[in-house]
Formats: sequence, C-alpha cells, structure tokens
Amino acid sequence: MNFNLQWTWFHRLGSPRWFYQKTQCWLPWLVVATLALLVTGLVWGLAIAPPDAKQGNSFRIIYLHVPASVVALAGYYIMAISGAVGLIWRIKLSFMLMRSAAPIGAALTFIALVTGAIWGKPTWGAYWVWDARITSMLILLFLYFGVIALRHTYSNNEAADKAGAVLSLVGMVNVPIIYKSVDWWQTLHQPATIKFTGAPSMHPDMFAPLVVMIIGFYSFYSLALILFARAEILRREYRASWVKQLVSHQPAEK
Amino acid sequence: MANNLSGGFKAYLYRDLLIALRDRGDLSKPLMFFLLVAVMVPLAIAPEASKLSAIAPGLIWILALLATLLSVERLFSEDYADGSLEQLLISPNMLMMPILGKITAHWLVIGLPLTLLSPVIAIWFSLPISAMVPMMLSLALGTAVLSLIGAVGAALTLPRQGGVLLALLVMPLYMPVLIFGSATIQAAVDGLNWLAPLAMLAALLAVAIVLCPLAISAGLRIAKNG
Amino acid sequence: MTTHTVLKVESLAFERNDAVLFQPVDFELKAGEALQILGVNGSGKTTLFQLLTAILPSSSGQISYREQPLSDCRYEYLSDVLFIGHQSGVKAALSVEENLRWMSPNNTSSAKISAALEAVGLSEYAQIHCANLSAGQKRRVALARLITSQAKLWLLDEPLTSLDKQGVELIERCMNQHLAQGGAILFSSHQDLAQVTTRNYKLEPLVEVA
Repeated sequence: MNFNLQWTWFHRLGSPRWFYQKTQCWLPWLVVATLALLVTGLVWGLAIAPPDAKQGNSFRIIYLHVPASVVALAGYYIMAISGAVGLIWRIKLSFMLMRSAAPIGAALTFIALVTGAIWGKPTWGAYWVWDARITSMLILLFLYFGVIALRHTYSNNEAADKAGAVLSLVGMVNVPIIYKSVDWWQTLHQPATIKFTGAPSMHPDMFAPLVVMIIGFYSFYSLALILFARAEILRREYRASWVKQLVSHQPAEK
Repeated sequence: MANNLSGGFKAYLYRDLLIALRDRGDLSKPLMFFLLVAVMVPLAIAPEASKLSAIAPGLIWILALLATLLSVERLFSEDYADGSLEQLLISPNMLMMPILGKITAHWLVIGLPLTLLSPVIAIWFSLPISAMVPMMLSLALGTAVLSLIGAVGAALTLPRQGGVLLALLVMPLYMPVLIFGSATIQAAVDGLNWLAPLAMLAALLAVAIVLCPLAISAGLRIAKNG
Repeated sequence: MTTHTVLKVESLAFERNDAVLFQPVDFELKAGEALQILGVNGSGKTTLFQLLTAILPSSSGQISYREQPLSDCRYEYLSDVLFIGHQSGVKAALSVEENLRWMSPNNTSSAKISAALEAVGLSEYAQIHCANLSAGQKRRVALARLITSQAKLWLLDEPLTSLDKQGVELIERCMNQHLAQGGAILFSSHQDLAQVTTRNYKLEPLVEVA
C-alpha cells in the first residue's frame, strides 16, 4: 500500500500538466528570490566589498565569473541526471527538463568564458590564457553544443530525447576525466603559477558576497529552467486538451 | 540454435575484417589523409628540423586523431543502410560482444596501420629515435580509445550522417586521449618518465572498453527508433 | 490437432512524437497459422514488426510468447524468431554464399546451403559479390534464409517486394512447408497469397478527433 502511494507521487511528479500548474504558483516567488539575491550580491560585491591587494578593482568580475562557472558545470550534471531519470523510468517531463537545461547551461558557460577573458586582460595582460579552468570551460561549452546539435538529427521526439540523454551521460562521465587531464596538462607546462580560483584563500569580506551570488545564480538557473521547461511542455503536449484550453482562453494579444 | 547473426565477438570481428579487406580503397583513405596533412605541415610552418621537432609530439597525435575521426563514421553506416544492423538488434544475445568485435576490426584496419606508419611521420618531423617506441605505444593504445569513443558518436549520429556533427560530439571526448598521448611522446623526447602518461592511456582504454559498448548499443537501438 | 498459441498480443499501443500511432492491437497467432497484417501505407505496419521483434518498447499493452510475457522470455523468443524486414540485410561486399552462411544457423551443412541457393534460383551466383546483384536477387538471398532457418516463428515485413511471379510461388511453397511443420507466420503484404491460407488482421490508424 505504502509502495503504491510512493509510486503515485513519483509518477505525478512526472506529469507535465502537474508540473505546469504547480510552477504557475511558484514562479512569482522564484522571480522575487532571484532578483533579491542577485541584486544584493552584485551591490555587495561590486560596490561594498574591499578592493583586492594585488588586483585592485578588476577582481570584482569574479562575482560574475565564478558563479557562472559553478552553475554551468552543475547544470551539465543536472542535464545528464534528468536524462538518466528519463531513460530509466521513462518519464517524459525529465526529458523536457534535460532539453531545457542544455541552452541555459551553454549560455552560462559562455558567460563564464567571456567574463574570464575580461578578467584576464588586466590581470595577466592577455584576453586568453590557456589556463586549466578556462580550457575545461571551453571544452564544456562544446559538450553542451553537442547535446543541443544532436536533437536535430532525429525526426521523432522520443529518439531525440533518448539520444540526448545518452550523450549527456557519456559527457558526464567524461567531465571529471577532462578536468583532471587538462589540470595535469597544465602542471606540465606551468608548474607553480597563480591559482585563479582563490576562493578558499579569499578574505571573508570578499567571500560572502560571492556565496550570495552563487546562490543567486542557482536561483536564476532554476527560474530559467522552469520557464524553458514550461515552454517545452506546451510545445510537446499541444495535442492535449488542457493545453488547447489554455491556449484558447488566452486573449489575442498583438 | 545459434547462428552467426546472433554470434559474438569473433564472428563479427572476422566478418568486418573480411568486408574491410575486400574494399581496400576505403581503407587507405584515412592513411593517405594522415600522410598528406603531414606533408602540409612543413610547407605551412617551416622545414627546419628544430621547429618541426618541437611540435612533432602534439602534431603526430592530432593527425592520428583526425584520420581516425574521418574513418569512424563508416563503422555502422553500411550496416544501417543494408539492414544488417536491424538483424543485429534482433539477436537474443547481448550487443556488447558484436560491438567490440566490430570496433576491434576497425582498429586493426585503421589504428594499427596508423601506428605502423607513424615512424615515417616521425622521421619527417625529426623526432628523436628514443621517442619512437613510446610514440608507437601511445598511438596503439590511444587509437583504440579513439575508435571506441568514435563509435559512440557514430552510433548516435546514424540517422543523419555527414561528418561535422560526429566531430563536434566526439572531439571534446577525445581531448584527454590527446593530452596523454602527446604527453607520452613529449616526455620521451625530454627524457622524462613516459610510462606515466602511457599508463593513463591504458586506464582510459580499460574504462572505454567497459563503458563505450553500453552507450553504443543504446545509440544503435535509438537509431532504429528514429 | 490441438494448436497452441504461439504469439499473443493484447492492447498493444505505441507513441511516436507524442502521438499514439494505431488503435490498440489485439490478436493471437497459433501454430500452423499464417496471419496477414493489413493496413494502408503509414498505418504503422513496420512499427508493429519493430514492436514484435523487441527493437522498440511498447507504450502499453502486452506481447506474450507461448503464454509467457515477452519480458520474461526474451532470449528464447528472439532465438525462435526469424525476421525479414524491408531491407534485405545482405552485405554488398560478401558473396551470396557467404551471406547465406552468415544468416543461417551455425551447424548448417554446405549441402543445405547449396540446396537453398538452388531453390531460390541463385546457384550460379553463389560466389558473386552481392554488390553486383539486382534488388530482386538480393531479396532472394534474404529469402533463402527461410529454407535454412530452424526458427519456429517467422515475422516477414513485405516479403514479396521486388519478387517476380516465380519468386512469389517459391515463397508460398516455403511458407506452406513451414506451416505444415507446425511453424507460425506473421507477415504483411500488399499482395494476397493465393496458395497460402491466411487469416487477416487490419491495423487501424488512429483517427484524430477534431
């Protein structure tokens, strides 16, 4: 009896319609939370936190760069795990989340790379340095592009979903291998240089706003994921009666 | 009631080798590419031995990688087109063994000749003799990993073939192999311990042999679905 | 002669692109029986075969082989099934004989292979590479499997394509022989088979409710 109830909950969680209706309620709160976190973090980091001893004010870009990198990498895992859940339990909603996660993660990776380049110029004098972190980020961007590009290979949605899931999982297994090997490759060529992710050795006054920004980016990621997923649900379920009802009740806006 | 269709590793290895050897033109193309691009390098960069030998370790590996990438698409495309893939998928036996058989055949026909041809390129790029054996070992192990990972990409892109998507999918996954492969040769040139990166290649091969067939069989089933 | 049920399909349904493909399928196939699947182009016949050969998982419903659900007896089922689909599964680089040997059971004698090739009229082509054969000839190579196979259940998707009148008669003879030995056949075809007694099942595509 207990097992049945649990299963119902799990499968209800996988119903696109349920997801759409539930998130309708959560969205406004999520928007408020995201804005609050991001604004607080940005103001604190950009204006209030003290300037760095070596880098002056240019270090402040880490309040964008580090959260973007962290969430970009986490996003890949979220995408891969959604794919795995979809493959194992055959839950369509999971696949929709996976599909939504891909462009968001790619965009965040791109932001991380650009902010990293902007940081690079005043710090080391060049827009691009083949540092381990940045190189791994670049490879992550291509992993994301691969998942996004793969969906167009398949004419039907179910196959595209499964293929994307398989590819994301293969990528997920590879991400630590890639990171470690790039890291190792770096040590071959630049034995003991500046570690750019000096988060642990950062002063708490600088570290606290960074934490706020990281949480804010996660919140933003969730918001974006939910919005994209809702659009994907409407697109995929267009034949369902609840979608038709929803669409027909919308006033025609121009 | 076993028949060859539901056969395993040896059956598919033998069959794919037979088919490959019957079509020798197809075989030699990646090898020709390997040699041709190698010729372009001194023309484009510089013929000085010092300059070439400085970049040789990485360059040999990049050429081997590109040549393998070109060849890997053919792994399943013919089977997909003529219906043998369908028959393979209906086999009651697990797909792992036939898949490994096919990939081994592919390596014997592409990776191994590449490895055996590499001393020619090494001499063209003035690679020191001391680095020859490490280079060939790294290529032997590395091209096997490249075949395995490439097969994953080939399986996933079966419905719409045409090189570039396959390359996009597979290149990021190739990076660790490239790193350790070229590091092996570079370490040998510098007189350092080249067994360490080579051991990493062997480890990658072990992981790939176990995990890639899973992804490949999933991809093959999905291809038939779509 | 009591005939037992070989294959039973209950409420089988399949979704593609988030839409259900055909009306739920129900039928039973008994030993010694030939069942012909009818349906217009696009009604999902090929998909039905893919479901029956476990290439595709069904969205709902059940397939049973000899009273057991497919998921429990997958190995036995697929070992007993011979499937010939739209594509012939013939490798162009191999010769006719090599192809037939590959597609036949391991212990098939050379005599049996030669006999099968003679039955389909390809004896002189035994050593010819299949790349040089016409579509109809490649089809015959695939159909020579019917003679050498020991499978009890035949699933044939449009077996008569590219065949001339002689070829069709040959297939009918093979099928009748198989049925007489207690085998079962499930096939789809646009032509009707005059010489073989078949039962029909019509596949209904799902009509969209406006």
